[in-house]
This record gives sequence, C-alpha cells and structure tokens, in this order.
Amino acid sequence: MNSARVVITGLGAISPLGLTVNDMWAGLCAGKCGITKITAFDPVGFNCKLAGQVPDYKIKDYVPKTYRKATKLMSRDIELAVIASKEAVVNSGLITKGIDSDNVNIEPTRTAINLGAGLISCDLEEIAPAVAKCVTDGKFDIHKWGKDGIEFITPLWLLKYLPNMLACHVGIIHDIQGPSNTITCAEASAHLSIGEAAEIIVRGDSDIALAGGAEAKVNPIVMIRQCLLKRATSENNDDPDRACRPFDADAKGSVFGEGAGVVVLENLDNANKRNAKILAEVVGIGQSNNINPAYERLEPDGKGVRIAIEKAMADAQIGIDDLDLIIPHGTGILADDLAEARAIEAALGQKAHKIPVWPIKSMVSNTGAASGALDIIAMVCAMKEGKIPAAKNFDRKTEGCNLNIVTQPQQGDIRYALCCSYTYCGQTAAIVLKSIKEETKS
Amino acid sequence: MIRQRANERVVITGMGVVCPLSNDVETFWQALLSCKSGIGKTTIFDASTYPTTFDAEVKNYDAAAYTKNPVLHQHANRGSSFAIGATVQACKQAGIEVEASEPTDGIDRNKLGIYIGAGEGSVDNDVFFAALVAGWDAQENKMDWGEWTKIASSRMDPMHELEQEANMPAAHIAMLTGARGPTRNCLTACAASTQAIGEAMTLIRRGDVDAMITGGAHSMIHPLGLTGFNRLTALSTRNDSPETASRPFSASRDGFILGEGAAIVILESLSSAKKRGVKILAEVTGYGSSADAFRVTDMHEEARGPIQAMNAALTDAGISYKDIDYISTHGTGTVENDSVETIAIKAVFKEKARKVPASSIKSMLGHLIAAAGAAELITCVLAIRDNIVPPTTNLTDPEPALDLDYVPNKPRKIPVNIVMSESFGFGGQNNVLIIKRF
Repeated sequence: MNSARVVITGLGAISPLGLTVNDMWAGLCAGKCGITKITAFDPVGFNCKLAGQVPDYKIKDYVPKTYRKATKLMSRDIELAVIASKEAVVNSGLITKGIDSDNVNIEPTRTAINLGAGLISCDLEEIAPAVAKCVTDGKFDIHKWGKDGIEFITPLWLLKYLPNMLACHVGIIHDIQGPSNTITCAEASAHLSIGEAAEIIVRGDSDIALAGGAEAKVNPIVMIRQCLLKRATSENNDDPDRACRPFDADAKGSVFGEGAGVVVLENLDNANKRNAKILAEVVGIGQSNNINPAYERLEPDGKGVRIAIEKAMADAQIGIDDLDLIIPHGTGILADDLAEARAIEAALGQKAHKIPVWPIKSMVSNTGAASGALDIIAMVCAMKEGKIPAAKNFDRKTEGCNLNIVTQPQQGDIRYALCCSYTYCGQTAAIVLKSIKEETKS
Repeated sequence: MIRQRANERVVITGMGVVCPLSNDVETFWQALLSCKSGIGKTTIFDASTYPTTFDAEVKNYDAAAYTKNPVLHQHANRGSSFAIGATVQACKQAGIEVEASEPTDGIDRNKLGIYIGAGEGSVDNDVFFAALVAGWDAQENKMDWGEWTKIASSRMDPMHELEQEANMPAAHIAMLTGARGPTRNCLTACAASTQAIGEAMTLIRRGDVDAMITGGAHSMIHPLGLTGFNRLTALSTRNDSPETASRPFSASRDGFILGEGAAIVILESLSSAKKRGVKILAEVTGYGSSADAFRVTDMHEEARGPIQAMNAALTDAGISYKDIDYISTHGTGTVENDSVETIAIKAVFKEKARKVPASSIKSMLGHLIAAAGAAELITCVLAIRDNIVPPTTNLTDPEPALDLDYVPNKPRKIPVNIVMSESFGFGGQNNVLIIKRF
C-alpha cells in the first residue's frame, strides 16, 4: 500500500491582479481590486457591466519558439492555462522540455497533469460573419449553413473549444506523458483537479503533477448566462471596486472574471531528492455533493459543503484548534455566502467563530474553473509569509453569518489552513494544507 | 493525510444504457450480436445540406418514464436526460434505491460517489443563431453587442443555459440517488467515460467510498457539433449508405459516425457487494491513463501514449498481455485511429497480437464521444458473461497493414475471462480498463 506524502513545490497564477503569483499576492495585500468595467466587448444592455480581466499579455512570449504556430489553436482559456503552467514549472525548479529541452529533469511518463476547465464558449465575433451570410427572410437558414456557412469556419475550429485542450497544450509544451485529466465541474473544478492529482501521486502512478484550473469567462454568452441566472451583481456598475462583497450585508451578487492557477504537486521523497523548495503539504481532501432542487444555488444549510469540510478535516487528522485560516468560496451571492457560512459553522462548531476567514473574490473576481486554484495559491502565499491580508468590501456582516471575516491584516504562523469550494450543479470540495514550518517541527 | 486507506477489490453490480441501438442493456447486447446498425439519417435537426447527413441517434426515449419527479429534470439536455435513464437502470440492477428519502439498500449515501465523463449540452440553437444574425453589423464588419444582447437577454432561458454545463448529468444523478460522496465530471474528449470509470475505481480501492455511479453521457448531434466534426473531416460522408458507413479497420473507412447516449455502471467494493448480497457482474482490475503529449491535431505515429496506457492497465491489474482474451478497441473508423491503434496492439501484444480478438462495436453503434467508453465497457461485461465477442461489422475490404483479428462481420463464441477496453481522445488522451470474470 502506498503512503506517499504530497507537497506543493510550485505556483503559477494569472489573474485580474496581474500576470504572476507575486502580482496577485501584492494586490491582495494592498487590498487592490482587479474588477473593472468590461473592455473585452461592449456590455451595453448587460445588467452586470463588470468583470475581472487579466492585464494584456502576448501568448507567444510564454511558449517555446517551436510551439508558436500552435498558439493559433488556443482559445483564451487555453492561453491562460499555458501562462500559469509555465510560471508554476519555473517556480518549482523543474526543467521540462518547454523550459530547456537540453536539461530536462523530469521523467515525462511519471508526470501527470490535471486541470479544471469551464464550459468554453466559441468566439462569437469569429463565427458571426459566417452565420450572417446564411440568412433567408431575416432568419438563420440551416440549409445555407450546412452547404456554405460551415466552409467559413476554420477547419480546426472545434479543437479550440474542447475543455481537455488546456491540459493537452500544456502537456505537449512540457512533455507530460503520464495521466492527463480535465475536470469540468464549473467553480469546483480546480479543487477537484488538485485533489485528484494528489490521489494519483499517493497511489504511485506519478511523482509530479501539474494541477489547477483556468477559465476565461469574459465572453458575452458566458457573462449573460450569469446575469440571467441572477448570479452576477447588477449594482455598483459605476463603482467596480465595491461591487463584489462576499459575506457583506450589501452583497448583491458575484462578479465574474478570467484567470488561471496551477500548482506543482510532488511526492515528498521526490521533492526532497532534488532539494526542491517545499511550499506546503496537501494533508486533507474532502468532496461531496450539494443536492438542491434549485441547483443554481447552494442548498440553504450548506450540507454538501459541510460534509466536504468534515471529510477533509478527518483526512488531515487535525483538530479545529489547529486551523489558523479558512479561505471560503465566498462569491458575493448572499444566499450562497450564507449557506457556506452555515456549513463552516456546522462542520467546525463554535470554534469556527474565531478562525480567521479570508474571502478573496472581491479582489480577484469569480474566475470559475480557475477560482479554487487562485484561492489555494493565495492560501499558500499566506502560509509562506505568515500573513493574512484583510478582506475587501466587508463592511457590515450579513445577518446569520457568524464567521470571523478578517477586517485587519494579521501576522503570525499559519499551521494549517482550509480552502472550501462548491459550484452550481452540486459538487463540493475542501482541501487542508499544512505549512512547511509545521512540517519541520514534526 | 491523504493516504491510501485500503486496497479494496472493485466489482460491477449494475449497468444501464440509453443508446442508438436500444434503451436497455439486454436489447443493446442482442442488437450487437445480431449485427444491427443504430445509424441512420439525421432527424434531430435538419442536417440535409451538411457534408454528413446521418448519425446514430437515441430513439423512443423519454426520461420522464424513469422519475417520479419529472419537473425536477425538465430542463435536462439530451446527454443529461439519457444519463437519468441509464442511471435508474443501473441502480435498479444493483439494488440501489432511487428517489428514496430514507434508502434501505445498505449503501451509506456519504459513501456513494459519482464520477461521470459527460460532455457539454447543446446551445439553444434558435436563440444562438438569431442573436448572431441580429448582432452582426456587416457594414462595420463587427458585432453590435447591443443588438445581440436584445435577443440573447430576452430569449435565452436561464435554466437551459445552465443545463449546458458538463457537470449537469452528475447533478441529475445526485438528485435521483441522494449520493453525497465525492462527485466529479471529467471531459477528456472521446476517452472521458473510460477515464471516469478508472478514476472511480481508484476511489473505491482507496476506501473513500463503498460505491460509485460512473460512466458517460453526451450528445454532440446539434448544428455546431456537426459543424465542428465535419470541419475536422473526422466524420464519414458516406451519405448514400449510412448503415454501412461505419467501417473500422476497413481499407475504405472514411471517418466515424457521430452518436449520442449514456452508459452508467455501478462500481462497488467487493466487501460492500458481498454484504448487500447483490449479484456481481464482473471485476474491474486495471486502469491505465496517459497522454501522447505530441500534437493536438494528430496521434503519435508510433502510438506512444496508447501503448503506455495499455501497459499501465496491465501492470495495474497484475497480469500479462498473454492473459487478455478480448480487446474492445476504440476503433473509430478514422484512417488515423485504426492504424495507430493497430500499431499499439502489435507493440503491446507482441506474438499474440494477431491472435487476440479485437473488435469495434462502433461499426454498429456509432461513436458516443464522451459516453463511448462506458457503453463499450458494458459490452465487455456481457462478453465475459456469455463467452461471446461482438463483431466489427462492415469489414469486407481489409487493409493489408491492418492485419489483426478484428472479429469481422459476425460474433464469435470463445471463452472470455479477461478483457481490455480502450478509449483514445482528441489531443492525445488515452485510457484503458481491464475487467475480469468474477
């Protein structure tokens, strides 16, 4: 029976706060908000005109010269995954084919990749002119489309939008030939991917895994869905900094955005053997299901989240007193925030009232399949620095939420930290990390 | 610690299918053994001017027949609705109660998980195209988002939009069964449901759960799906003869046939199955997963990834290639897949390669995309049960380089105890399962 321990040895993040993990962490510490008015398209007529958009980048700067041609086959979701993966690999000190093909220090078949991906929309602006050519009496004519319209679509069009292409492109660039999976569980995807990648290492199928998630939600069809589902806020369109307010009494909805977070997970022995810098240990994983007839929302008592937290804590074999930080999913959708708060309370009891809780979506926005990975990366940074920055836009606690949301930055060792996740349509997850300082003590 | 807690044996205790050949397992199996084809003209939408005008559609199916609460599932997309029927069938066989407020089946809901390899649902085509027509400003050569939004925001149905998410089949299954264990959906193209079943098996082995509802569900039979595959030239265009169009391993093969459906199996720890006294249909003993890491457009010429996944599955099962009695191939009927898969089988099975029967039911069923592997796994269980392997139909013009025993054109009675099931997906995703007579 295997009993490998799994540690995090590399981080990569592209977010509305910047192109790197350091940018994101500096922004979080400064209480910066990455949410702005949408510039990717004109959001006229949208109830929510705000989004978290990443700063400009050139994808060709992030791929090996030999792979530049393939960037034509990358949707924005894929690009974001490629950028964050590169940072994570460099940060880990691993040398892959994509970093320096002459000095590779990974075993490709012993390396896995497991990324969360969203429901990728096609580029409407790309397909629209072809559609507009196939009209009879003002209406779309599928006969014209089948005969002539589709000829205007580039032959490899479909490959840009298959969710597994994030992991495939990253895997090709870095020559990752071990198990490759793509989890498509919306906002819970990254937690589930990181959890599964850890399992793969524990069971001995890989020594190293890239895991996390990426999603580019700033697309009209993706954004309008969130408006129609009344998950996006329709207020504060003129005051983006204050728009997303997790657990605040004035929370009116989430603000969606784009990003990618990737962590390098590694078997502890492997990390020690190559003298890798260890950032944290993954010690607890819990997953469950939210079952609610109104499945666009979390069930009011947060039962599925509670079960996931309880399983993760049991898995980690720690007590509630050992937890020094919780990063919740905290979207700014009031009913969901309340349900999550109830779940945390139910799982951890009275002590939940004392543990610092730090929601970050007010600053990084809700990046869907990437959101959990950005949360976990922020958590690792906090553990590494011994610092919990303040929550943003938490001015007045919403009634019924008894959590200790951090309003002032705090310093001090974070021994263990818990990160929660859930998504519309059900899946829930929680991950417990152990700080590496705690590691050296034990 | 996330340590491995157990090393449970994993068995199959229930199976369900909704597919182009039938909406129940036994009829599906008999159709395959009778060399029936589930392929015909496209009826779901008007595809009459597309390069490909035929597909493999689910017929005479109504999800409402499987639930006491059809309103709860009324927005389900095609894939999700197929998953509902397949799940109810599989649960029934495994003695797992559905829609029970206090189940008495001996399965703790916190130890019942879900792992589906399901695909996304179709966009709402009428609104999708109407909004683009309204929004495109031909004079300015750009989108007028105000015009697009007028149509989109007034005519899009929020629940229909939500139901496109690939995790929706899992959501419907959770509502049906009350499962509160680990729940995931993976979407690794045509290899998804094989991967889902493999990963589900590992969760039972680890001791995290007692049982998993796993498999796949998908329908890409819609205007954009057909557009995508036609542009990739991945589909057969033999429009004059749909029933003979799917020709895996033939010289005249010209692509796969787009299909749809759902296939669900119940995996259970041996100890749970024994405790509950349910019938054990077969044992899942091996799983291998790999990536080609070669190109997103092509398979690796020497089948690097498939070979690795096949060997990993054999190692996981603790057996040799010599122990395999039958291979359920991925066998799509594209020029590339069938050649590369043949190379892989030759590399792994060495001197035995030409002797082990290796057939493709896609010749009759079409390609269920994300759900394909799960449907094929079910036939592997039945092959073991009945000691018969299903054929590759339409194999009348063999290609010289493809010289394995593809079980051409009629089923074959042989002893079948251990089977390998292969699934490969776009982008170089390779997943392989080994199942064994219990």
